[in-house]
Amino acid sequence: MSAAGASPVLTLEIAEKRFASATGEVVAIRGLSFQVGAGESVALFGPSGCGKTTTLNIVAGLDTRFEGRLHFPGAPDGPALGCVFQEPRLLPWRTLEQNVELALPPARRGAGTGAAWLERMGLAEAAGRYPDAVSVGMQRRAALARAFAVEPELLLLDEPFVSLDAALAARLRRLLASMLAERPCAVLLVTHDLREAIELADRILFLSPSPARVVAEVAVPGRRSERTEGQVEAFRRSLLERAEPVFRAIG
Amino acid sequence: MRALGSRGRYALSVLLLVALWAAAAHVAASPTLPGPGAVAAAMAAETASGQLPHHLGVTLLRVAAAFTLALSIGTAIGVLMGRSRTVDDLLGPWLLLTLNVPALVVIVLAYVWMGLTEAAAITAVSINKIPNVVVLVREGARAADEKLFQMARAYRMGRWETLRHVLFPQLQPYLLAASRSGLALIWKIVLVVELLGRSDGVGFQIHLFFQLFDITRLLAYTLAFVAVAQLIEMAVLTPVETHVRRWRVARSDA
Repeated sequence: MSAAGASPVLTLEIAEKRFASATGEVVAIRGLSFQVGAGESVALFGPSGCGKTTTLNIVAGLDTRFEGRLHFPGAPDGPALGCVFQEPRLLPWRTLEQNVELALPPARRGAGTGAAWLERMGLAEAAGRYPDAVSVGMQRRAALARAFAVEPELLLLDEPFVSLDAALAARLRRLLASMLAERPCAVLLVTHDLREAIELADRILFLSPSPARVVAEVAVPGRRSERTEGQVEAFRRSLLERAEPVFRAIG
Repeated sequence: MRALGSRGRYALSVLLLVALWAAAAHVAASPTLPGPGAVAAAMAAETASGQLPHHLGVTLLRVAAAFTLALSIGTAIGVLMGRSRTVDDLLGPWLLLTLNVPALVVIVLAYVWMGLTEAAAITAVSINKIPNVVVLVREGARAADEKLFQMARAYRMGRWETLRHVLFPQLQPYLLAASRSGLALIWKIVLVVELLGRSDGVGFQIHLFFQLFDITRLLAYTLAFVAVAQLIEMAVLTPVETHVRRWRVARSDA
C-alpha cells in the first residue's frame, strides 16, 4: 500500500513518546512509524490531541526526547525543511521580506529571494510592511512564501489553515497546491480536516487517539494537481462509508 | 487643559513648580531656601567660571561608564537566567544577595578593597545597578514567545541570529525600563561615590557646599544635572523608543 517508493526522504519510527504531566507521565505516541517518499505528500489525520503536532515537532528536530529513530536517508544532516505552523509565526518586528530572508541560510540572503517569493504569493506590494499591518490572509501567504523560499526537500504543514474562515482557507489551500505543482517537494501534513487531507495528500495515515499509532492508510487516487472539488467531495463520501469502523475507532 | 496639548501641560507644570518654589522662598526669607532667581544666577556664575561644566562633565562620564557596564553585564546575566533553568538556580541566591546589600556597603567595600580609584568608583556603582537590570531582563527573557524560538530552530537560525532577531526585540521594553530607572539610580549612587572617595564631580561639590552651607550653589548643581537627565530622555531615550516600537505603530493602524 505504501507509495513511499525506493528513496524515502524521511523514515520515522517512534517506539514511545512520553510527556510529563501533573498526574505523572503520559504516553502520547506508541508504535508510530511511517515513511515519506521524495515528492510524495503524506497527511497525518486524526482527532485533536492525538499527538500529530508532537510528531511534526519530532520530525522538525524541535523535540528530541523520544524513543525511536528519525532518519533522513538522502541527507544525514537533515533535509532543507520548510515549516508552516498553526499560526503564521512571523517576527512582528521584521518586515515580511525580512521574515522570509531570515529563514534562508546566510549564504542565500540578499539575493532578492525573499522579494521574489513574496511576489509569487501576490505580496509584492506588502513586502516592506510589518506583519501586524497586513491581513491574516497575507500573513499566512508570507508564512508560505517563507517555507518555499528555503527550497525545501521536505515541507512540514501543521494544520496550516486552521482557525481561518472556510473561504479564505480554501483559497490558501489552492494557492499551496499550485505552488507545490510548480515546485514539488515531499510534504508531511497534519490535519483534522478530511477534505484538506484529500485535497493536498497522495496518502492519508489515520491515527488513533492518544497514544497515537497508524490505524489505517489510504492512497488518494489521481494526481493532486488535477483533483477537482467534486472528486475531492466524492472521495470523502466514499471514505466515510468505507472506513466507518476506522472513524468509530478514532472518534 | 486639553486645549493646551501635551507640551503645553508640561510647560505649565514646570512653571507652577517654579512659582511654588519662589513663593516658599519669599515666605521663608532664609539663606537655607534661596529662590529660583538666586539659584539661576549661581548656575550662570558657576557655568561662566567653568566649574559647573567641569564637575558635571566628570560626573556624566562616570554615569555613562557605570551605565554601559551595568546594562551590558546585567543583560547578559538576565538573558542567561531567563533562558536557562540551571543558570537561574545557580545564580538565584547571588542575585538575592546583591539586590539586598545596601549601596553604601558596596561602595565602602569597593574603596577598601580597590583603593580610592576611578575603577573602584565605577565598579561600585555598576554592582549596585546590575541586579536591577538582571531582574528586569530575566523577566523579559522568560516572557519571550516560545513559538518564535521554535520557528527559529525549525529554520535553523544560528544562536546569535536568534538572539538578535527573536529575543532582543522582545526584550526592548524591559531594556528601556532598565535604562530609564538605571539613569536615575546610577546618578544618585555616583554622587555618593564621589562624596566618599573622589576629588571632583557633582557629588564632591555638593559635599563642599554642604560644609560651606551654600544651599544656592547646591541647588544650582542639582538642577543642572536634572536638566541634563531630561535632555538625555528627550534626545536619546524617546527617539530610541519610537524607533524600536515602529512596528507596533503599524499595529494600531491596521
